[in-house]
Amino acid sequence: MSTDVNRRDPLATTVAFGSIETANAQAAVQATAQQQASKSMSSYIGTPTSRVDGRAKVTGQAKYAGELNVAGLVYGSAVGATVAKGRIVRINADDALKVPGVLDVLTHQNRPRMADNDQAYRDDAAPESGAPYRPLYDDRILFNGQPVALVLAEDWETARYAAMLVRVEYKAEDHVTDLHAARGSAFVVEKPEKPRGDAAKAFAAAAVRHEAEYFIPIEHHNPMELFASTVVWSDDGKLTVYDKTQGVQNVQRYLCGVFGLKSDDVTVMSPFMGGGFGSGLRPQYQVVLAVLGAMSLKRPVRLVLNRAQMYGVGYRPATIERLALGARANGELEAITHEAIAVTSQYEDFSRNDTGWSGILYKSPNARYTHKLARLDLPTSGDMRAPGAATGVYALEAAMDELAVALKLDPVELRLRCYSDRDQNEDLPFTSKSLRECYRQGAEAFGWSKRNPEPRSMRDGKELVGWGMATGVWEALQMPASARIVLTANGHTEVATAASDIGTGTYTIMAQVAADRMGVPIDNVTVRLGDSTLPACPIEGGSWIAASVSHAIIGAADEVRGELLRIAKTMPDTPFADALAGDVVLTNGKLARAGDVARSVPIADVMRHGKVEHIERIKDNTFADISKYARNTHSAVFVEVKIDEEIGIIRVTRAVSAVAAGRILNPKTAGNQVVGSVVGGIGMALHEETLIDHAFGRIMNANIAEYHVPVHADIHDIKVIFVDEPDSIINPLGMKGVGEIGIVGVAAAVANAIYHATGKRVRDLPITLDKLQRQL
Amino acid sequence: MSDVSRSAAMAAPATINVTLEVNGRSCTLTIAPWTTLLDALRDRLGLTGTKKGCDQGQCGACTVLVDGRRINSCLTLAVMKDGAKVTTIEGLETDGTLHPLQQAFIDHDAFQCGYCTPGQICSAAGLIAEGKAKTPDQIRELMSGNICRCGAYPNILAAIQQAMTAMGGKS
Repeated sequence: MSTDVNRRDPLATTVAFGSIETANAQAAVQATAQQQASKSMSSYIGTPTSRVDGRAKVTGQAKYAGELNVAGLVYGSAVGATVAKGRIVRINADDALKVPGVLDVLTHQNRPRMADNDQAYRDDAAPESGAPYRPLYDDRILFNGQPVALVLAEDWETARYAAMLVRVEYKAEDHVTDLHAARGSAFVVEKPEKPRGDAAKAFAAAAVRHEAEYFIPIEHHNPMELFASTVVWSDDGKLTVYDKTQGVQNVQRYLCGVFGLKSDDVTVMSPFMGGGFGSGLRPQYQVVLAVLGAMSLKRPVRLVLNRAQMYGVGYRPATIERLALGARANGELEAITHEAIAVTSQYEDFSRNDTGWSGILYKSPNARYTHKLARLDLPTSGDMRAPGAATGVYALEAAMDELAVALKLDPVELRLRCYSDRDQNEDLPFTSKSLRECYRQGAEAFGWSKRNPEPRSMRDGKELVGWGMATGVWEALQMPASARIVLTANGHTEVATAASDIGTGTYTIMAQVAADRMGVPIDNVTVRLGDSTLPACPIEGGSWIAASVSHAIIGAADEVRGELLRIAKTMPDTPFADALAGDVVLTNGKLARAGDVARSVPIADVMRHGKVEHIERIKDNTFADISKYARNTHSAVFVEVKIDEEIGIIRVTRAVSAVAAGRILNPKTAGNQVVGSVVGGIGMALHEETLIDHAFGRIMNANIAEYHVPVHADIHDIKVIFVDEPDSIINPLGMKGVGEIGIVGVAAAVANAIYHATGKRVRDLPITLDKLQRQL
Repeated sequence: MSDVSRSAAMAAPATINVTLEVNGRSCTLTIAPWTTLLDALRDRLGLTGTKKGCDQGQCGACTVLVDGRRINSCLTLAVMKDGAKVTTIEGLETDGTLHPLQQAFIDHDAFQCGYCTPGQICSAAGLIAEGKAKTPDQIRELMSGNICRCGAYPNILAAIQQAMTAMGGKS
């Protein structure tokens, strides 16, 4: 397949689809890698390494989902519902169809055929219970903004204009979009974390008690790239779908299910993704609409959501969290009760672990956790960076701060007195837990010992100064994944898996691991990902991709090395006659005896001898059974705020995040991940809130100016420390992912610093100046 | 609905010719006047390095340099810039050598997903040319029209400072 993609493009060179397009991006990837120093042949892992896709990104050559200018491209524009619940009575597209250049208007009444069963619409990240939403399926309206029509036109401006002319009549029904109004009807969700002892009784008897409710509003991911899909229809009915997604194979399977297509007929590509934060874990509706358009017109179709429509997909659920902590006078916890009431839709039950994190962090003989869901007439809530922990640990760590105040104990000291060396939920030891070291190094770097514990005691000129801290915790997961390595006789190594790099640095760590294990310079490595035809890889989420993919690469590399050894054993005067697989390594382009690398044979000679042009191996990752261990990452976050009390302006002037996450593959990109997470946590604490007009059930601030996110001026010094955490149990590299840990606890640290500065406790996020002024 | 019905009488506007000098090359486009500079660059000229993040001037991803000044290309109709010199991210390299800002962004890992990056770099080039930002706080303030949702702000600041030094304050 070699369709011209830039026929309308007088400036750019013509590139083609499929592997060539990917190869094009890879060429840029390689060019950067070649610029990097590669003196050492076997030490990329653990070395700060610039992104191998960096050059493609800083030159504008990285192509995102909505950027392929295919010949004959049709542009789509989605029309959203203006009621929150009800039925479509009538759709009148006459005026839209009259606009020159409009090709068609698709609705539930005239769309191509789609599956009629829930299972077909279920994806890898779908909640276990419920009936997934079916885009443009029928006349039912489940949430405001739900797409009800797709306008297809010869150009984008015409499509957008004509979308405004589609008239839809609804029979509206009563809706509820307010969590506080619906909390009474919330229902309990079973969670694996079991209660211990009798928390209510122990709380009642405790010497010191703290009990309060905390609130986190709906937050939207707002990645910079808009959700977009470009669907290329080919004459044989096959589809190539360029999609903004965190999982190409998830989308591929989903589309096969929804449209009843054979696996070979659908390829999903996503070589670059302009930010996900969880929003791209599930297939979003634009990909379904774009495929409907392409099938209907038998032409390539692109659909890009606008920023307002980005608020019609998943979101971090608004959550009410109630904490009741009972302690002895010395600070040791006797009772923890953590209850959460979170938002889900009317049609699916989405929830994560909000309430069980204290069982991993703090010793307490008595604990009770309850998670409830309230059904609202909104889209299903979803995963947003550290889902469950970002919200639940915010409440837990703000409550711990309040308990420390009640106990007149330093907040760090309280946490050390409660420190748990076991996961009490499962009663398991940790593969590693260097949280004590996080507290120590974080406090030292921050200068915590100089803190005057008295609220309102520290000033900088006219500003109040507050110092707060909190603990962070996340899971260290690893999932089944497969990787392919192709070694060519000239030493070039291609490493491939169907992963996504959503900005986390997956391209780069894949190159690092492959270069080390294959004994080649990193500039001899090409990385391929974001293509559903590549070896199996899970969705990019949960901080599991780095560990999962790295160990698949190691497995594949070892198989390639084994094949080289098999051939080398047949060479005359072979130094490997008695060598077993574990006795040899690949280094400096040679197969060598481990421990005696002078006894070696160049890889090129081995392959020449075996008369092979390339060696290709695909391998699934394998891990030892570590079910008898808890696996977590930890952090300690220290934050300074400065507050102008007259006008209530809050600035986070310093932050230190000390993270324990095993071995860090690439301190450069991992450090950036944590910095970005701290920025996200500052946004949670001070800025972010999706506001709904409950009379209409419609989001009022569905844009990126009135939904506040941190900008340059909001962000000051952020220091990241990775504490040394050897872990010989979790996996051979001793590594844990860092995609989420950095955000957990940050909002609490900011809230606690604001209390320290002002003596005022605001428990409703975000802590805006009006809430502070009300208390000041 | 009545407003919408009235506007239904409006057909798509007639096209006109617009000449732009984009990255040193003159090009004449035949476009409808409602075409933004951003869409002209991305959809007509294939220069997709300039990004669409909000299409309403709120995020800065679409920042390009027009006659040396940074603007939001999504808030600018292409016809308004007839005859202007436009520089996009694709035009910053010189003979295969990266612009000091591009190199500094790689060196400092001043991005993650890369989607805001072209806008950040073009905005920083405009900022340096303006010559107003001397301190870190001034850079932060004058770069605040460019949102980075990945939160790479500290690294972007460091990259801009490196490029400012490398460029000796000149654009």
